Amino acid sequence: MEIAVCVKRVPMVGGKIVVTADGQDVDTRMSGFTVSPHEECAVEEAVRLVERHGGSVTVLTLGPPAAADQLRDMLSLGASRAVLLETDGREWGPIATAEAIVAQVTGAATDPAASPDPALPGPAVCPDPALPDPAASPAPALSDPAASPEPALPYDLLLFGNEAADTGDYQVPVRVAHALGLPCVTGIKNLEVTDAGARAKREYRGTEEVFDIPLPAVVSVKEGINLPRYPSLPGRLRAKRATIETRAPQWRADGLTKTGLRVPAGESKRAEILGNGADAVPALVALLDELGILS
Amino acid sequence: MTVLCLVEQADDGGVADVSLRALTFARALAESWMNQKTASDPSNGSFTDGGDQPTGADVAGGTGGVAAVVFGDAAAAEPRLSEYGAGDAYAVELTGYVPQAWARALAGLAAELPATAVVAAGTDHGSEVMAHLGAITGLPMVANCVSAARNAEGALDLVRHRWAGSLLEDAVLDATPALLTVAVDAVAAVPAAEPAATAVHAWRPELDDGDLLVRATESAERSAGVSLATARVVVGGGRGVGGPDGFGVLEELAGLLGGVVGVSRVVTSEGWRPHKQQVGQTGTRISPELYLACGISGAIQHMAGCLSSKHIVAINTDPDAPIISRADYAVIGDLKQVLPALVDAIRARSS
Repeated sequence: MEIAVCVKRVPMVGGKIVVTADGQDVDTRMSGFTVSPHEECAVEEAVRLVERHGGSVTVLTLGPPAAADQLRDMLSLGASRAVLLETDGREWGPIATAEAIVAQVTGAATDPAASPDPALPGPAVCPDPALPDPAASPAPALSDPAASPEPALPYDLLLFGNEAADTGDYQVPVRVAHALGLPCVTGIKNLEVTDAGARAKREYRGTEEVFDIPLPAVVSVKEGINLPRYPSLPGRLRAKRATIETRAPQWRADGLTKTGLRVPAGESKRAEILGNGADAVPALVALLDELGILS
Repeated sequence: MTVLCLVEQADDGGVADVSLRALTFARALAESWMNQKTASDPSNGSFTDGGDQPTGADVAGGTGGVAAVVFGDAAAAEPRLSEYGAGDAYAVELTGYVPQAWARALAGLAAELPATAVVAAGTDHGSEVMAHLGAITGLPMVANCVSAARNAEGALDLVRHRWAGSLLEDAVLDATPALLTVAVDAVAAVPAAEPAATAVHAWRPELDDGDLLVRATESAERSAGVSLATARVVVGGGRGVGGPDGFGVLEELAGLLGGVVGVSRVVTSEGWRPHKQQVGQTGTRISPELYLACGISGAIQHMAGCLSSKHIVAINTDPDAPIISRADYAVIGDLKQVLPALVDAIRARSS
């Protein structure tokens, strides 16, 4: 199966967020960058699905030129193709981001040069021999144009993280699904590709919700769906050499204008120190008693 | 002028606490609209182009102000809707959770009234339905708002969470209706000064097969035991626990205190404990009486999940760890010495 995964470059914020002097951005001079945790799990899930069922994984990001670093990180985990939708560093809202993703994933279908190229250096993906031959398994709707109203889409599955770590907009996957006329499920913690399509599960208020959906589909996942692997040395080397395809979509405003960022008040209180080591235990017990925890 | 509020029902049919918070938020937004309108040109009743928006109580049979939308048993929800000032409630008969159909119903109702804003709690369901509504209408959807008020230009001044609340964004939204989710841990539920006489209406959305394609089937199985999200005491363990074998004393302490163990992201990323025990931005949000954070440095990704704790006590070897500036009390020391001594002291006390 062909899977595209969308990821976002975000700062590694560690113990403290610092805002730039103009109050418009997070100060990243002292921080590294990563992809949002949910998205790293989306890439891992895609790689596992391809290991089971065959096919390949494309990673896609919209961000500044330096976001190529995050694409290479994802290539080292087992993705075989990477596309950078390059921005000038401005923040993109979710409507414009979804439009750029839709243009890329559908445009790729009409442009043969941009479709997944098996000659690209990619991990040798062999389906698990213990499983039925993927060629014999039910054909994804894509290989049968009559079965899909959107025959142009060259993917069986578009995977996202449930929400980006920084902006937390919760909506890019849903907007992409609507634009492509695909079914969409979000916040997924367990995903199985079945004969009929996919079965996706998530938790909601102490119960489990199960969704059965046909493919192709848009699925956003949450951390915990899997434990992402560490990149292998060959994976790293392959990622270093890989070509990153680049496009430059046009920014546009989408109705919400950021006027500034600030750290909430009351962030820097100082804890009352009860003592050091085991000597502090009597004070700690007295505190727990006072708080009503021991009653 | 109507602010529509998607109301999620609690297991007993009443209104879920998160939706009481969303109703409080919606009421504040409706009041800011009324106040702003009296303060400026009274004919300027629309966010964007002024003038053509029906004003006050004359909209489509509604009484204006806050109107609740309930997918299920509106009669069971009615007392709380009244207490929280919803003048109208629209009951939509749809079996189960069908996100796109819910959004289609909100879109139809928002157009019919018309609504100036549609608000939902920023839960998994609320966020998902509002994202569908944004996609259906082509309008911006602003996630995790803390406050919203109409400004003198007729747009909305918003404050919303970024980084799960570790950072605030000030923003201006120029779109009608405004589609907003509410950061559920940032808004308190406050009943209206005067309860409303809630008028209940039936609303039948126009749906096609595509709207009904994705539908949840819920397993009846509920997880047993105390849940991390609702536990009264959480004993947290981080990198300082040292490895998968170090959690026994945390479990023992949690058992003595009637609580559960929660862990930081590094612990789940290392595979020491299952992800369902993670407290943080990408795990569970907790709000216990006591959070005892042991060997946890206090990265913002973790703090985003525990700042609703009533009291935070940190045990850490590093007096300069970020958690020391976020906790109420701290013990400077190694949890491997402090926790066994604490367990012994509590056992001695109860015997």
